[in-house]
Amino acid sequence: MTSTMRIELTAMDVVMVRLFDSIDESNMGWIVAADRELREAFGGALIDLVPSYTTLMLHYDALNMEHGEALARIRRVLERLEPASTELGRCHDVPVWYDLSVGPELVRIAERAGLAVDEVIERHCGRDYQVFALGFAPGYGFMGLVEEALATPRLPTPRRRVAAGSVGIADRQTAIYPLLSPGGWNILGRTTFPLFEHARRGDPLLKPGDRVRFQPISREEFIRQGGDTTPLELAP
Amino acid sequence: MNRNGNGVLRVVQAGPLALMVDDGRFGVRHLGVTQGGAADWFSYRWANWLLGNALNAAALEIAIGGGLVLEAEADATLALMGADLDVRLDDRPVAPGASFRIGAGQRLAFRQPRNGLRAYLAVPGGFDVTEVLGSRSATPREQLGGQHGDGRALQAGDRLRWHGQAGTTRSLPFLPATSLTLSGNSLALVPGAQIDRFTGASLYRAFNLPWRVDDRADRMGVRLVGPKLVCRMGSMISEGIPLGAVQVPPDGQPIVLLNDRQTIGGYPRLGALTPLAVARLAQCLPGHEVRFVATAREQALETYRRCLAAFDRVSPGQAPRPLSRSS
Repeated sequence: MTSTMRIELTAMDVVMVRLFDSIDESNMGWIVAADRELREAFGGALIDLVPSYTTLMLHYDALNMEHGEALARIRRVLERLEPASTELGRCHDVPVWYDLSVGPELVRIAERAGLAVDEVIERHCGRDYQVFALGFAPGYGFMGLVEEALATPRLPTPRRRVAAGSVGIADRQTAIYPLLSPGGWNILGRTTFPLFEHARRGDPLLKPGDRVRFQPISREEFIRQGGDTTPLELAP
Repeated sequence: MNRNGNGVLRVVQAGPLALMVDDGRFGVRHLGVTQGGAADWFSYRWANWLLGNALNAAALEIAIGGGLVLEAEADATLALMGADLDVRLDDRPVAPGASFRIGAGQRLAFRQPRNGLRAYLAVPGGFDVTEVLGSRSATPREQLGGQHGDGRALQAGDRLRWHGQAGTTRSLPFLPATSLTLSGNSLALVPGAQIDRFTGASLYRAFNLPWRVDDRADRMGVRLVGPKLVCRMGSMISEGIPLGAVQVPPDGQPIVLLNDRQTIGGYPRLGALTPLAVARLAQCLPGHEVRFVATAREQALETYRRCLAAFDRVSPGQAPRPLSRSS
């Protein structure tokens, strides 16, 4: 347990377990451990547990568990919490077809960074990213951190339609859109990585604490994998 | 009485938004999957209660009405609850709050809101829908659930089936308890931990001045328009969002998050509405005025328990005990 840990009332039957005040890759071992321990401590009285960058939101069955008992169980977990080894998270290789037709912001990112488009691709693939949190859409994982040079703010006006499999950057985070949805991230390519299909079965491909490395592939390889080459701006 | 038979409602014409719903999707928020389900959960449960169904049986949530037309393929007993959408069975008006008979070939038309926004239509035993991630609720944005499993709202040509083993059809002699979500303008709010980040003047305004429901309102959230609220904290690191969270983006106008909200987000919050207040807000048309009323967690839970107990307490021919309007 660290001094920054707090338990805050969030709704009638929801509390926020706050572990940290800022985003850091080293948070994840604690978040992953707290997720596992809180699930075990609450068992059937747990309705939902939503881990994020610095917090876990805990929705419990308030009709059958007293608030005081819920707080006591959380405190017991926090008192003996030890960070999990994030080495235990899975490592995923994600093939991406980087191309202006499906990744129009390759240009915007390159111009801001003063780099060639090829260098942007090389650098985006050049490091492992950690999965911080799932949210926004089923199976959508917020990952980071991309190197400072590639950091790019969200589009001033979000797109109404971003194709499934689109790979994007917002500030120093990167992510993959699991399904067609609106979105304001800078899109640089597309993957066939089946995030939505797994989330739909309740078994997400990406979990907090996992690591992801993007691998550039050719158009031919993307098509061979069943990829849809419809340009981003022509998405149905 | 076709209490135990099979039934089909055919969608002749689709309205703006009619969705298959149940209690919603739980135990999956960590996958990024939203809650979904009946926005006015209270009216939805009463609709099932009227037919003697399990209270969480799959039913239809019809928002606005706006031209939805359903045709029965066989005689059946259905129940309507929630908003008054000026419903007609062929030419005869059907008021919410009761079960009614529909004959083979008869058409049920949902026209326009006269009171409230969302009506619930229950069928014997509930619609026959396959669960996706533990729920039959359709969430279009996530392409999950509903009659086709892909989250789609009702479309012309859909055939909605049930294989009902309904219980005893019941009636309510009067509606005070069941119309709780369709009357009053106070929204009970449990203050959250971030409330002290708002300025004192903003807190005074938040709880003492009226808020108008904006037309930017859907199942994800409802935007309220009123005095500008100032929070000393701009945006935060994204964290889980509970049902009914009242978040305040930098423009100072609150957004109340409903059933189809995204699972995490980064705006500061005043707190979260109680379950009954969420249901009441879900029945408010744009232009409706509401007020926030701070309530203690204990009080919110007590009211929620009484709402749930009403379903057990009421038996055929017996009036439900009136519930407090202040909740």
